[in-house]
Amino acid sequence: MPTLTIDDQQVTVDQGTTILEAAKKLGIAIPHFCYHPRLTKVDACRMCLVEVKDAPKLVTSCSNAVRDNMVVFTGTPKVEEARKSILEFILINHPLDCPICDKAGECTLQDYYFRYSSQPSRFKDNKVEKHKVVDLGAKMVLDSERCVVCGRCVRFCREVVGEENLGIFNRGDHSEIGTYPGKKIEHNYQGNLVDVCPVGALTAKDFRFKCRSWLLCKADTICPGCSNGCNAVVHFTLRSFNGIKGQRVFRLTPRENNDVNKIWLCDVGRWGYSFVDSIDRLTTPALKKGEDFVKGDWDTALRETASGLKTVVERYGPSAVGVIPSPHLTNEDLYALKCLFSCVLKVANIDFKLPGLDKGEGDKLLLKADRHPNTRGAELLGLSGTGLSAEAMMEKVKTGEIRALYLAGSDPVKYIGEKAEEALSRAELLIFQGTNFSASCKLAHVILPGATFVEKEGTFTNYQGRLQKINKALEPLGEALADWEIFTRLGKRLGAYPSYRCAEEVFKDMAREVAPFNGLSYQKIGPQGIKIADSSQ
Amino acid sequence: MPEPILSRNFSKKNAHTLGVYIQGGGYEALKKALTEMKPEQIIQEVDKSGLKGRGGAGFPVGKKWSFIPKEAPKPKYLVINADEGEPGTYKDRPIMECDPHAVVEGAIITCFAVGIHWAGIYVRGEYVKSIERLEGAINEAYAKGYLGKNILETGFDLDMVVHRGAGAYICGEETGLLESFEGKKGQPRMKPPFPAIVGLFQGPTVINNVESIAAIPHIVKNGGEWFNGLGAPGIGGGVKLFPVSGHVKKPGVYELPMGTPLREIIYKHAGGIRGDKKLKAVIPGGASAPVLKPEEIDVPMEYANLAKIGSMMGSGAVIVMDEDTDLVKTLRVLMCFYAHESCGKCTPCREGTGWMAKIIKRIEKGEGESADLDTIVSIANGIRGRTLCPLGDAAVGPALSFVTKFRQEFEDYIKVGAG
Repeated sequence: MPTLTIDDQQVTVDQGTTILEAAKKLGIAIPHFCYHPRLTKVDACRMCLVEVKDAPKLVTSCSNAVRDNMVVFTGTPKVEEARKSILEFILINHPLDCPICDKAGECTLQDYYFRYSSQPSRFKDNKVEKHKVVDLGAKMVLDSERCVVCGRCVRFCREVVGEENLGIFNRGDHSEIGTYPGKKIEHNYQGNLVDVCPVGALTAKDFRFKCRSWLLCKADTICPGCSNGCNAVVHFTLRSFNGIKGQRVFRLTPRENNDVNKIWLCDVGRWGYSFVDSIDRLTTPALKKGEDFVKGDWDTALRETASGLKTVVERYGPSAVGVIPSPHLTNEDLYALKCLFSCVLKVANIDFKLPGLDKGEGDKLLLKADRHPNTRGAELLGLSGTGLSAEAMMEKVKTGEIRALYLAGSDPVKYIGEKAEEALSRAELLIFQGTNFSASCKLAHVILPGATFVEKEGTFTNYQGRLQKINKALEPLGEALADWEIFTRLGKRLGAYPSYRCAEEVFKDMAREVAPFNGLSYQKIGPQGIKIADSSQ
Repeated sequence: MPEPILSRNFSKKNAHTLGVYIQGGGYEALKKALTEMKPEQIIQEVDKSGLKGRGGAGFPVGKKWSFIPKEAPKPKYLVINADEGEPGTYKDRPIMECDPHAVVEGAIITCFAVGIHWAGIYVRGEYVKSIERLEGAINEAYAKGYLGKNILETGFDLDMVVHRGAGAYICGEETGLLESFEGKKGQPRMKPPFPAIVGLFQGPTVINNVESIAAIPHIVKNGGEWFNGLGAPGIGGGVKLFPVSGHVKKPGVYELPMGTPLREIIYKHAGGIRGDKKLKAVIPGGASAPVLKPEEIDVPMEYANLAKIGSMMGSGAVIVMDEDTDLVKTLRVLMCFYAHESCGKCTPCREGTGWMAKIIKRIEKGEGESADLDTIVSIANGIRGRTLCPLGDAAVGPALSFVTKFRQEFEDYIKVGAG
């Protein structure tokens, strides 16, 4: 393994490591545009030039492998001059429209300019005019004048997605990114093109002109879009802005996790967050009065629910109660649910497996056919197979054998259709606990508003059996509560139930009681998650 | 005047046909190489000949061949660079048009020496006649058994094809050429890996210029030392074709010993300046070579000697400019050429060439300022040595040398406009 010196610090790295990567190991950041750790190298932008002792010229650190005893300098006047020069070249034909650019504040070019250049422009001639507002596909827009022609987007499509649809057209300073004639970008990974673009050339239609990046707060999360469990960052704000009143969550971006999603996120997941702030969010408990729902308070709604369940269990036994939880819920939510129904009320009919739950359209890269983030978790917690299946419960509701049905985030009408609708409308007591209004919710007698994935702490177990943590970024909308908290409050009214104050307390109990979670704590999960079981069969 | 070698068939009637070529001793070297010599011996002779790459970079040919690994998981290739695109250069064209069999014979010997079974020649698209003549020669060679299976009953196989370029200066850069040859957009590749290891279709590849390849049969036939001795005393390296253009009485391609003084080429062989005017400037090695002033033309035309005075041998194309030449216009033409031909892959060349062209155009229009000249120098320095391929440096050559060596003329132009 070669040992080299970078800026007077010694480092030993694997054979074949590039200077840039070796420097990174020492915490020395070398500026670059075209280099991307997960794409092939092209050596094009020349921003990463460094000085190597005894080399006649500056060398590109992104492509040159280290040698034993190499001596590298990343901050000499020669290197600094080269960086200034490269930035000046890039900026001569750049429109300098940071004030209206969505990338401002998180733009590599802008950051580098302030860090390495900050010199006024010497360019007095006309800039090259290129195409603007180019519609490359359904989800993003290209501004060629802002483009630094690093080619990352082209390589992403070719190397990661495996599609040939983007290319660099024309030559010299007229070089422009574009789609091949008659082609549009239609794949499910367009958001990553915006991510890999170091400047404001590619912007997402979903985010354009909505919010300045520096006004956004960030929290680590897990994409709830499917069972893959891609590591993500949610960008949100607590302020409200003109025109987009009520929008708190603005985007999801990927977070690196080599074992799960590399550094990518699919569009289905990335742009699936809109339910969080959508108009159909359930924000207060509600009770059915005739054909309409009447807003109620938690006390009333929980009292109604508790007494309803109690009455059914007392009169007809626990088998007259059915529970269909959703694998959208966290492990904590599901464990709290299980404690309530299984331990306190002795209900056996608990099944999350609605038919068709895993029948979405998946792809080879990230997106899974099962569009639920915690299916594996629900399996590990034993929320299926203890009593009737979800489908059988529908039949029993219809025949009146099941009198009370508790839908915890689940929407049987969506998966089963008319049959479920008919069954649910016959239920004596239908409780719907969830985040958004739905066809099943419509038929409920009591609505309990739940928190979304960005409004609560908890864990998901992805399809691989990897336990990963989500964090609370925002307070639940309106009066909504985290699902575990709803169960805790209900539990208090129904019998001996632990008084959980936070998700972590639920997790501690779960870690003690449920085998795959034994010995774990939030601290032990870590930012990259921890594998606790095999993939589901 | 010694017997011409590379240009011996330039004025011979029907020399492009196999019969005439053989009558003049053609394919004797091939027989010698394949039946009497071992591959290593051929490489040794080429080493001894002092033959340096005639495309412009001047890398020793024998050395280049020796970089090719003996065993490789992928097929090895010979690619002949016939994309003659350097402004002022027109030396490969007469070889291909008048002596195409010399290229074919040289290619076969090269492939035998390096262990290659597939050769391609990438010809500039505009060279229609060259393409026709090469295809004709290749067909004749196949018919005669010089190409194909079991050449001269030696068990050696070789296929050869002509590939027509689509017209881009960058495709003369060897890795840009390889990309183009593979059917991709002509843009240089990252190096390393060098083509000798990962070249055409990922296989080890020898890339040689037409003139280099055409010299191979002579070197094999008469020996490396003989060829080396043809160069000027104390310089060696054989003979070379010098295409002379511009304000001379007799522009043309001259075969002369390596190391012939530039003055001799201009005044003796090319007949001196047209209208017996004064010489103002000479570009000694194709457009990319830094310009020389009249007092610098005693330099021997040879790689090291030209490098010593800050210019370069390049393709050996001599562009002569008399006292009436408008150097601002000349530099504008050159800068627009590089800006147009820059492939756009790397930043300094993509942006810098265009910027220099814009400034010089503005100066030409009479809207320049003295500070613009400093800006050109600083842009050129920002490009120099920092680009992915030599195209950036090629643009820097004329830009820096024109503006620094003839600064007064540019200053005058800025102050009072064109003479």
